Amino acid sequence: MLAYLVAVWLLLVGLYGVITSRHLVHLVLCLGVMQASTYVLLLAIGWRAGGAAPIFADIPPNTPVVDPVVQALTLTDVVVEATVVAVLLALTVQAHKRFGTCDPDALGALRG
Amino acid sequence: MSARTRLVLGLGSLAALGALLVWAVGGLPDFGHPRGPYADLAPRIMLDERHVANAVTGVTFDLRGFDTLGEELILFVAALGAAVLLRAQRTEGEIEAAAADEERRGPGTADALRALGAVLVGPMLLLGIYVVVHGALTPGGGFQGGVLLAGALLLVYAAGQVAAVERVRPVSLVEVTDAVGAAAYTLVAVAGLVFGVAVMDNVLPFGTTGSLLSGGTVPVLSVAVGVEVTAGVTLILSEFVDQMLLRSRRED
Repeated sequence: MLAYLVAVWLLLVGLYGVITSRHLVHLVLCLGVMQASTYVLLLAIGWRAGGAAPIFADIPPNTPVVDPVVQALTLTDVVVEATVVAVLLALTVQAHKRFGTCDPDALGALRG
Repeated sequence: MSARTRLVLGLGSLAALGALLVWAVGGLPDFGHPRGPYADLAPRIMLDERHVANAVTGVTFDLRGFDTLGEELILFVAALGAAVLLRAQRTEGEIEAAAADEERRGPGTADALRALGAVLVGPMLLLGIYVVVHGALTPGGGFQGGVLLAGALLLVYAAGQVAAVERVRPVSLVEVTDAVGAAAYTLVAVAGLVFGVAVMDNVLPFGTTGSLLSGGTVPVLSVAVGVEVTAGVTLILSEFVDQMLLRSRRED
């Protein structure tokens, strides 16, 4: 139960950071915090009380384990987040070169 | 919109969203008791039918192999996009000149840090390769090992050897490796269509559980992803390093 609420909290606090952000790098990192909530949610849904890690290298085949499907989903999630952050930071570098500022409010007006 | 209006609007919406989410938490499965058949079925399928000990890698490269194909292409396109964005407005030969400048100026990092970085690069590379090839057996796989391998390059950079970084990674080689990794995964996916019945069909012999080549296409795909992630992350990191080189050159 607590793990689910931690996921909700991470989403809300990340979104708050995005809304109030005064710097594009800070904004991208807040987006990362928001995405961390999905990791917590997925892993919490797949957790089994007393379950072992789903790796049968040194445990008997019938041992109860946590859900490996959501762990694989989390892996996908982490990879996608890393790539999205890379592209957003590259955009930030370009925005700073072009407009000389990283304040999202100062970038409001579109310029040719 | 003024910052104040936005804050008031934002906090109101956040409170409403938070209330809805907390309400929704009540409908989630009880913590510690996963719902649905896959939590029990997936490890059994992986162990009995595919001879893969690490169920997470098995799900990633077999049951959900088609999704991983998409995920890998996302990484490929993102590395491409970051490189294209960061290379805009750059003149020919500027990077080489900036790297030469940096080398002339000498390293700005402490000797102890540089020595430690140099000592750790070898073990880091070995660990990365180990994690990639043992993906089907122990915790790890192509994605995790690939990031470790790319991290070894970052270690060279952190140790203050900026010019050395420029030398160890000919950009064209990194780009080709990135494409080779992505193509290898796609070809294995299509091999299912040629030798089996469907895309991503596991067409190779499954081997003995616990041996290095167990799992049919699972270890092959793990290595393909390892190659692609290493090259993709290296490309992204080195493009950002280039930005820093250019910046320090322009500030001179």
